[in-house]
Amino acid sequence: MNELSEHIGIEKTETGIEGFDLISEGGLPKGRTTLIAGTSGSAKTVFAVQFLAEGIIKKGEPGVFVTFEEPPKDIRKNVISLGWDVAKWELEGKWAFVDASPVVGEDHVIAGEYDLGALLARIEHAVHKIDARRISMDSLGSIFGRFSEAGMVRSELFKIAAAVKQMGVTAIITAERTQEYGDIARFGIEEFVADNVIILRNVLEAEKRRRTMEILKFRGTSHQKGEYPFTVIKNVGIVAIPLSGIELKQRSSTVRISSGNPELDKMCGGGFFRDSIILVSGATGCGKTMLSAGFAAEAAKNQQKALLLAFEESREQLFRNASGWGIDFEQMENDGILKVVCRYPEAEGLEDHLIIIKSIIRDFKPHRVIVDSLSALERVSTIKGFREFVIALTSFIKHQEIAGLFTSTTGELMGGTSVTEAHISTITDTIILLRYVEMFGEMRRGITALKMRGSMHDKDIREFNIDGNGMHIGKSFSNVTGILSGHPVFSSSEEVDRVKDLFK
Amino acid sequence: MDKFKLRLYVTGKTPKSERAIANLKEICEKELKGLYELQIIDVLEHPQLAEDEKILATPTLIKDLPPPLKRIIGDLSNSEKVLLGLDLSPCSSPNDRKEDQS
Repeated sequence: MNELSEHIGIEKTETGIEGFDLISEGGLPKGRTTLIAGTSGSAKTVFAVQFLAEGIIKKGEPGVFVTFEEPPKDIRKNVISLGWDVAKWELEGKWAFVDASPVVGEDHVIAGEYDLGALLARIEHAVHKIDARRISMDSLGSIFGRFSEAGMVRSELFKIAAAVKQMGVTAIITAERTQEYGDIARFGIEEFVADNVIILRNVLEAEKRRRTMEILKFRGTSHQKGEYPFTVIKNVGIVAIPLSGIELKQRSSTVRISSGNPELDKMCGGGFFRDSIILVSGATGCGKTMLSAGFAAEAAKNQQKALLLAFEESREQLFRNASGWGIDFEQMENDGILKVVCRYPEAEGLEDHLIIIKSIIRDFKPHRVIVDSLSALERVSTIKGFREFVIALTSFIKHQEIAGLFTSTTGELMGGTSVTEAHISTITDTIILLRYVEMFGEMRRGITALKMRGSMHDKDIREFNIDGNGMHIGKSFSNVTGILSGHPVFSSSEEVDRVKDLFK
Repeated sequence: MDKFKLRLYVTGKTPKSERAIANLKEICEKELKGLYELQIIDVLEHPQLAEDEKILATPTLIKDLPPPLKRIIGDLSNSEKVLLGLDLSPCSSPNDRKEDQS
């Protein structure tokens, strides 16, 4: 019977750490020990604490925390800001510390053979006392520094690991690494102690810190491979961003929504799709924000909610500009159908922005989300990090079955593309280009629908102008070529007619 | 001479524990006859006491009195180290030391 059930496979226990359960395909292997290795500052202790905290909060599973480094009073204090009241849980019998931290100012003399039997006895005692289901040991390596007999410590740790397995609790052991890529852990022992190894990294790349987690091995069970970005957020703790864990299963709608501009709707074959991602690209000042504002206002007209995330302009600027196009953002916000969030891109790391945006979308439940501009966020991240951010955000928006409109600023005044476009153009359903066109000593503006997935659209580049009522799209530039490349060339109307005749 | 207050923490009745107890008793009888109070604690029976005292390794001998508090880890087979840990010197040595200092 027992043998049979072993064939079924390894059961997993959900950690409750957001995103991690997706990457690990269900959590940590139940009743086993998992090694969390990372350099200093890679959030190992947070992971170890959160594993117990989520167990208590979400599943009512008591946990034992064995601390080898920080004294319990420091841990209690440090995790308050993450929203965990360890002291309260201790009183309630849900959390127990085994304090193996060094005693300050107390040295010991070694006079003969010894072992770590007392530590094991204390761990067993704590587990039985509160009937613990989870146990975290942080950090194992530091015990080597305190006892000179490395061989003894090693064999004792094996004994402890074996005993923990016997107790049937799911365990986490953290271990320090000296470098981001290299040996799994110092002292080389920890990886044999654990069936499963997870590595937390905190890599400095182009002057930016980027946290990632990687499941290196899960003995006998599956998991997602590779490094996944994560972040540590106040009141939440670790949040992992599972990219390949995202399934492309979003439904696709054929319902059209208006862009807020009837002419643009016409160009797009009747409007954008309700759950599509639209990218509006253009140089500075050519009308991206205005198009965004119109898109938001259109939602309000239909009593639908819009969320505007502005990363370039302040609230005041934005509201003033909108009123210049006849849009009253203030009234819309008071009516509760619009939410404007202005943030500096530099205020947080990109992972944090993502988590914040997601939580705003979850709370506000908008029908349309506007990000103005996406390219402003490019500044605060590495290219890889930015790409991951865009993928995670677009897939999240699609999952909500709402529309997302992103703007992207091109570097050059005329023509050109931005890094943003290069990274996200394949993810978007619709691309609208706004371009300056220099004509006879005058800057004119052109608009075209470059891509409209799943629909017919107007292929012309049309001229548009902006007045007190917003954007007005006119005729196409029929006798100009090279607008998109930034080098408009004019041909006489006879030439245009001649070319047209050729294709008749 | 001040009275010595000693506590010895052991884990179960292993040979190591037995050895530590025997070694300690021998040293005490020799150096501290009638001047000590010894308590032996098995952490398997009283894990909470080990927790309160933050004992990791066993056997551990704690000297509570006279101050300073001292911890001696091991089966106490190295009697020289034990005496050092208890701030004691072997019977003959106090005189030697005096001579050295003069």
